[in-house]
Amino acid sequence: MHCLLEEGVTTIFGYPGGAIMPVYDALYDFREQINHVLVRHEQGAIHAAQGFARTSGKVGVCLATSGPGATNLITGLADAMIDSTPVVCITGQVASHLLGTDAFQETDVIGISMPVTKYNIQVTRAEDIAPAIAKAFFIAATGRPGPVLVDITKDAQFGMVDFTYEKCTSIRSYIPKPKLVHAGIQQAAEVLATAQKPYLLVGQGVILSEAQDALLKFAEKSGIPVALTLLGLGAFPANHPLYVGYLGMHGNYAPNILTNECDVIVAVGMRFDDRVTGDVSRYAKQAKIIHIDIDPAELNKIVKADVAINADAKEALEELTKAVTERDYPQWLQQFRELEQIEQNEVVNDAVNPPDNELKMAEVVDLLSKKTDGQAIIVTDVGQHQMIASRYYKYKGYRNNITSGGLGTMGFALPAAIGAKLGNPEKTVVAIIGDGGFQMTIQELGTILQAEVDVKILILNNNFLGMVRQWQQLFFDRRYSFTEIVNPNFTAIAKAYSVDATKIEQRVELDEALNQLLNSNGAYLLEVVVQREENVFPMVATGASVSEIRLN
Amino acid sequence: METTYNISVFTENSIGILNRITIIFTRRHLNIESITASECEIKGVYRYTIVLNTSLDQVQKVVSQIEKQVEVLKAFYHTDEQVVYQEIALYKIRTDAFANGTTEKIIRDHHARILSVDKDFMIIEKTGQPEELTLLFDELNVFGVLEFVRSGRVAISKPMKTLEAYLEELEENNH
Repeated sequence: MHCLLEEGVTTIFGYPGGAIMPVYDALYDFREQINHVLVRHEQGAIHAAQGFARTSGKVGVCLATSGPGATNLITGLADAMIDSTPVVCITGQVASHLLGTDAFQETDVIGISMPVTKYNIQVTRAEDIAPAIAKAFFIAATGRPGPVLVDITKDAQFGMVDFTYEKCTSIRSYIPKPKLVHAGIQQAAEVLATAQKPYLLVGQGVILSEAQDALLKFAEKSGIPVALTLLGLGAFPANHPLYVGYLGMHGNYAPNILTNECDVIVAVGMRFDDRVTGDVSRYAKQAKIIHIDIDPAELNKIVKADVAINADAKEALEELTKAVTERDYPQWLQQFRELEQIEQNEVVNDAVNPPDNELKMAEVVDLLSKKTDGQAIIVTDVGQHQMIASRYYKYKGYRNNITSGGLGTMGFALPAAIGAKLGNPEKTVVAIIGDGGFQMTIQELGTILQAEVDVKILILNNNFLGMVRQWQQLFFDRRYSFTEIVNPNFTAIAKAYSVDATKIEQRVELDEALNQLLNSNGAYLLEVVVQREENVFPMVATGASVSEIRLN
Repeated sequence: METTYNISVFTENSIGILNRITIIFTRRHLNIESITASECEIKGVYRYTIVLNTSLDQVQKVVSQIEKQVEVLKAFYHTDEQVVYQEIALYKIRTDAFANGTTEKIIRDHHARILSVDKDFMIIEKTGQPEELTLLFDELNVFGVLEFVRSGRVAISKPMKTLEAYLEELEENNH
């Protein structure tokens, strides 16, 4: 507990059990300093820690017991690993003399969590706990952030030592912040000097290194149009004249198509995920690639870089801003605007102002975006509603887009929203969730009840596992194999947890219902029944090139 | 195109790091040909030699994933031409098979050594490259080899730069 206080931890998410009882016993004395949030399932604890970390920029912390407690963390660890989220998980373990004996609630959590943690360590002696925790926080938060698991045997938890705590500030074998090589910056500036159609692709790395201002300055000086990845949304203001949209499978039309027409790509803090590139063999082959990433393993991993810069995004952008000349590309930008108009006419207008009676997901998100002025923390789950939210919510805030990107974890949103709210009590937190994903972690309504967390829950209910259904419609001859869902009464469930709730099915009710959601005192659930077979477009089908993006 | 690569990895001495390294291969469906590990010239630093048949692109990615591990100091890859490498093999044969004279000649010709002699069996040792070890096995096997075991490859790269120099660079980069 002293270790956690030394690291400035004030909120932890956890669930007690046999092998972590000594830690919980100690926690009892620290109730005033540390707010422990009792979740309803360990997966809820780690997603909450992720939501907390991603919105606050601090390390998220969770506690779990051995065996099933620890294995329930695995999905969240994998999610935090692929989305670079700083989380420290402390798990209890059976006493050291029982290791490897198949003791009650013993599992090889170090072995199981190895592929999904940045670092993990088992501690069997009390005197090793403080250094292990210090190392865990240092590794989780620095460099490319990620999850760290510390497994502490029960005898080590009981052991008594004189407490000294030294923060970890360096590890011989670990370079969190690579030294910026100026030759790379110079080379990049030279490539940009002759560019006619340069293009900035920006990912979460810019948010993680708090480089939003540096990005804004670089973009404005260099005049390069900016597109964002799913996790990059929020890194650049959506209403900025240089902003051209959102990349990826369900991203905007112009930024996808023009990827294959630009002459230089400056990729910052992004990793060329397959959902961004489509068919890599037909991705930006004509362009020179300048790739800036803090993780050297990302450079040349998917797309070969002509100029690879292994550096912190902020530092690199600041240096690059100095090295480039002031330019603007009105004709190039015009190309984006023309394609944007096509998307507006063929997709957006109907999605936001549907001609038919049924409510559409996009109009709900669009209205929410306007009502909150793009400033609310939006936590989304996985599926159609997620893509609609990322398309139609106009993120203007700081760290206000929280979603499970790389892993695509259904059930992420509700617990992550709990963490987001606890990390940002002054902000409005809206969890947008589909009817499928909501039921994967629905038990966390109990956490909302007990910890009195003011989370606004917006269920977009189409009574389908919508994204899979969309694929079945488009690629599997409408064979809707097990994607239709018979749902419970969501508002009755919410009310059973003392969460006020409303269900609407008509457009005329939407405005008032959203007001009620946003202005409610405490947690609130709004279920909006939307068109059953709505599809998300545009779409880059699997195996297609980004330039083959479909509008319908 | 598949080539044989010798990957050298330098790590801290900690429980689990070997597992962290091998799962990088498993995850990519890569089969490790051989792996050996021992302490190197710097106390507390462990050196792995991993032999892998794969493409240049794949070995580059694997090495960068290995280097990404917190407790890995440095990793390199080299082709066979860029390293000096050896393996060791032990052969167990019947002592009476030695009595025929031919076996003695085989052992001499191959510059092998007799490590131990028992009433019933003897152990022969041979250091060399895999083909040489196999050749000796084939020749001895005419008289029956009871047991045969080969170590993994150990390899040292030809370039002169020492690990110490890399460690100094690491140290510098950390400040």
